[in-house]
Amino acid sequence: MTTSGASPRESWPLWEVFVRAGRGLSHVHAGSLHAPDADFALRNARDVYTRRSEGTSIWVVPADAITTSDPDSRGAFFESPAGKNYRHATYYTASEGVPHL
Amino acid sequence: MELSAELAGGEGRAATADVAEYALWLGDDALILSQQLGVWIARAPELEEDVAIANIALDLLGHARSFLRYAGAYDDRTEDDLAYWREEPEFRCAWLFQQPNGDFAQTMARQLAASVYLFELYTALQNSSDETLAAIAAKAVKEVEYHRDHAVQWTLRLAGGTDESRRRMIRAVGDVWPYVGELFRDEPLIDRLEDVAVRPSTLQPAFDAVIAAVFAEAQLELPSAPMSSAGGRHGSHFSTLGYLLAEMQVLARQHPGVTW
Repeated sequence: MTTSGASPRESWPLWEVFVRAGRGLSHVHAGSLHAPDADFALRNARDVYTRRSEGTSIWVVPADAITTSDPDSRGAFFESPAGKNYRHATYYTASEGVPHL
Repeated sequence: MELSAELAGGEGRAATADVAEYALWLGDDALILSQQLGVWIARAPELEEDVAIANIALDLLGHARSFLRYAGAYDDRTEDDLAYWREEPEFRCAWLFQQPNGDFAQTMARQLAASVYLFELYTALQNSSDETLAAIAAKAVKEVEYHRDHAVQWTLRLAGGTDESRRRMIRAVGDVWPYVGELFRDEPLIDRLEDVAVRPSTLQPAFDAVIAAVFAEAQLELPSAPMSSAGGRHGSHFSTLGYLLAEMQVLARQHPGVTW
C-alpha cells in the first residue's frame, strides 16, 4: 500500500494563486494549492484565499508554467543599484506649470 | 460581534406553530447534512477538498442555526435545545440528507441532489410572505449556488474520470436517487402554509431540468429505481440517523450547558 499522493500520478498538480484585492490594484501572489485542473484550481483558491471578501478577481497559473530566477545566483541577479545614482531620475527639476509630473 | 448577529433572520418569532414546524424541517435538513459533511474533515481526498467541504458544511450549519433559532423561538427553545436535546423521532429531516457518506462519489451524488434542490427551494422561498424565512433564504441561496457548482464539477469529473471513478459515480447515483422523491412530496403541513412555505412539488420541474443537463454532460443515466417510502417529515428515519445524532449530541448531553 502506498501513501496517497506519494507517486506523481496520484497527486494533483500545483497551482500559484494571484488575488486582486480591489479595482485598480494589481493581482498579488497569495499562495499556492493543488487542484486537478484550472477550473477546480479557481474554486479551491476561492475557498482557501478569498473566503473573507479579500478579493475581486483571482488568477491561477500552473506552477510549472512560471519561470523563476535562480535563488543561488541572487547576488549577481539582484545587485543593488546603490552607488549608481545616475540611474535615478533625481537630478531633474520639474518645469514650472507641470504640477503633476 | 456576537456570533448570533451574523445569522440571517434577526429577532423573529414564528407566527404560528405551523410556521415553526416548517422552519424545523428546513433547519433539520441543513443541520444533518452539515454534520455528515463534517465527518469528511481531514478525510477528504486532498487538503484543498477538505477546506471546500468544511466551508460547505459551515455554510449549512449557518442556515440550520437561523432556521432552528426561528423555529425554537416559537416555544422558547434555543437552537441548541433543538439540535442537542431532541430525540430521533422528533427530527424532521428528509432521508436524502441522512444518507451515509459512503465513498467520496456517494457524498458528491448526495450533495448534487441536495444542493440543486436547496437552490430551487431557497430561490422560491425568498418570496415567502414570512419575512424571516425570506431573509434566511436570501442569504442562503447565494451560498448554496456555490455548493451546487462544487457538486456539479465533481460529478462531471468523477463520471468522466477513470473507469473506477465512473463506476463509483454511477453506483453512487443509484444509491442516492431513491431518496430524492421525498423532497417533492406535498405534506399536509404545506396546505396550511399557503404563501409561507414553498410547495415541494412545484420545485421538481426545475430540479429535473438541472439534473438532466448535468447528467447529459456527464453521460450519466437517471436511475430508474422506485422512490423509497421515506418518512423523515413525520419522524420516521433511516437506520443510520441514530448513530449520527448520538455522535452529534454526546458532548452537549454529557456536559449540559457547556460552553467553549
